[in-house]
Amino acid sequence: MGYTITQKILLAHTDKKEISSGEFIMADVDLCLGNDITAPLAIKEAQKAGLKKIFDNKKVALIPDHFTPNKDVNSANQCKAVRDFARKYDIKHYYEVGAMGIEHALLPELGLVMPGDLVVGADSHTCTYGALGAFSSGVGSTDLAGVFMTGKVWLRVPESIKFVFKGRLKKWVGGKDLILHTIADIGVDGANYKAMEFCGETIENLPMDDRFSMCNMAIEAGGKSGIVAPDNITMAYVKEVSAQRQKMAGLAAKAKMLSSDKDAKYAAIKEYDVSRLEPQVALPHLPSNVKPVSQIKNVNIDQAVIGSCTNGRISDLRIAASVLKGKKVNSRVRLIVIPATQKIYLQASKEGLIDIFVKAGGVFTTPTCGPCLGGHMGILAEGERAVATTNRNFVGRMGHPGSEVCLSNPAVAAASAIKGRIAHPQEVA
Amino acid sequence: MILRGKAWKFKDHVNTDDIIPAKYLNTTDPVELGRHCMEMIDPDFHKKIGKGDIIVAGNNFGCGSSREHAPVSIKGCGISCVMAKNFARIFFRNSINTGLPIMEAARACDDIDQGDEIEIDLEKGIIKNLTKNKVYKSTPFPKFMEEIVKAGGLLGYLKNHKA
Repeated sequence: MGYTITQKILLAHTDKKEISSGEFIMADVDLCLGNDITAPLAIKEAQKAGLKKIFDNKKVALIPDHFTPNKDVNSANQCKAVRDFARKYDIKHYYEVGAMGIEHALLPELGLVMPGDLVVGADSHTCTYGALGAFSSGVGSTDLAGVFMTGKVWLRVPESIKFVFKGRLKKWVGGKDLILHTIADIGVDGANYKAMEFCGETIENLPMDDRFSMCNMAIEAGGKSGIVAPDNITMAYVKEVSAQRQKMAGLAAKAKMLSSDKDAKYAAIKEYDVSRLEPQVALPHLPSNVKPVSQIKNVNIDQAVIGSCTNGRISDLRIAASVLKGKKVNSRVRLIVIPATQKIYLQASKEGLIDIFVKAGGVFTTPTCGPCLGGHMGILAEGERAVATTNRNFVGRMGHPGSEVCLSNPAVAAASAIKGRIAHPQEVA
Repeated sequence: MILRGKAWKFKDHVNTDDIIPAKYLNTTDPVELGRHCMEMIDPDFHKKIGKGDIIVAGNNFGCGSSREHAPVSIKGCGISCVMAKNFARIFFRNSINTGLPIMEAARACDDIDQGDEIEIDLEKGIIKNLTKNKVYKSTPFPKFMEEIVKAGGLLGYLKNHKA
C-alpha cells in the first residue's frame, strides 16, 4: 500500500524500513524553533535535565517575536534568558530585534526550511512550513528541550485527510478564505491528530503566501500538520530564497520533491468547489464560526489589525494597500498594520505601501506578534471589537474578555477599516 | 497513585487562552501561572478549588496554542488531574511530557456533575464517583506514552533511554 507524503517524510527521518499510522517514532529533526515565551521554559527544563551541549547549533532557531520589542520587565528578562542561552550555545539562528521577524514568516524567508524537511517548533503555528512540502508541527517547551539534547522528537504517525479544492478563485479571495471555509466545514477539532493535505487545481495555482496562510491555520482545525506537496511554485520560492543566502549554494538541491502515492490511504477525502467562494469571516469566539462576508451586516468595529504569521507577508500588505489607496480609515477605527519581517517592511516602503497606510490614517509598526495574542501593540478594551488577519478569536484573545475578534483576509480587514464595520472590499472599490 | 478531590466541570473546547491568557506568558513560575488559571472563565477559580481537585471536561480540552504554561498553570493552582472526553494534541503531549496526570474518559465526563467527590487510581485507570457511587474506566494510553508517564515526563524518559 502506498504512503502519504507525510508518512514518507516521517519514514525518511527514522532508520525504519516501513511505517504505519498510529505508530510511535523517534524522528530526527532538521530544524527546531522556539520564541520568547516558549523558549524560556524549554531552556529551564533543559538546564534542569543537565544540558551540556546542543545537538546541532545550526538546527535551532530562537526568535523573540511575541512580546518584543520588550513589552515589560518580565518580558525583557525572558528575552535576556533566550539571548544569553543563544550566545552560550552559539545558536546560529538567533535573531535579535532588528533582524527579528514573526518566526513563521522569517524562517521560510531565510531559506531555513526545505521541502521534505521535518520541523518542530514550540509554537502551535509551526504547521505553517507545511506549505513548503515539509512535515512541520507544533510541540511543547519540554519537547523542545528534548530536541536540544537529542536532536529527536517523539511523534505518533498521523493519518491524513485529503482536502481537494477545485475552481478558480474570485477576486479578493485567497488562502485565508480557503482555510476558514475548511475549518467551518470540519470544526475546530475536525482534523484532530491528523495531517491535512491540501491539493487540487485551486492549490496548484495558489501563490506561496496563500499556501503559508492555509497551512498556518491547520492547528485551528486541530490538525497535527498541514501540507502542500512541493511543485513548481514551491521550487521557484525555494530558489529565490536560497539565492539570497550567501554560502547556501546548492540549498535548492537539498529539496526533496515528495508526493503522496496514488494508492495512499486517507482517513477522509473532502472536496470543495471554491469557484463561488466569497471572502470568509470568522465571528466570535471560534475560528469555525464562519460566514461569507456579504451575510455580515452592521457589525461595527473599533480596530483593524493587518499582520501576523497568517497574513503579514508582502502580498497581504499589497492587497490591503490596494483597498486603502486614496481612502481614509473610518474616524472611529484604529488601523494597525504589522509587516511580518524587516525584509517585508523594507519592501513595503519601497513600493509606497507605508505611505498608503499612514495617509489613510493607519499605523505601520515594527514586526511583532503583538496584538494577535493580546500581548501589546493594540489591545482591546471591554466592549470593543476588532477585525484581524490573525488566526484565533477565542474569548479575550486580543484583550478584555468582554471584547470580540473577527478573523478575515487582508482585503476585508482593509475595507472594514474604511467603512467602520465588517465590509466586502467591493463596497469600497 | 490514588488521587482524590472535587470535580470541576468544564464544557467542550476549553482553549489555552481560557486556561492561561497570553498576557501572563511573560513568566514561567508555576505559582504565578496557577493564580491566573481559568481566569477568563472564572477569575476566582484558583481561590475556589481545593488542592487535589479534578477538572472534568468535554471534547477537545486544551485546544489552541502550544503553550506548555497551560498544564503548568493547572498543576500550579493545585489541580491533581484533568479528565476529558478527549484532548487537543499539543496539550495532550505537553501534559504527558511534564507529568500532569490526564485521563481520557468520555462516560465519566458525561456522568460526573460539578462538585462530585472523585477518587482516581491512575495506574489502573479507574475512576470512582464517590458522590454517585459509580465506577468508570479511562481509555488506556499507548505503551510508549505509559513509559514517559512512568518516567515522570519526557526528560526523565530520555535520561533512562540514553543511547
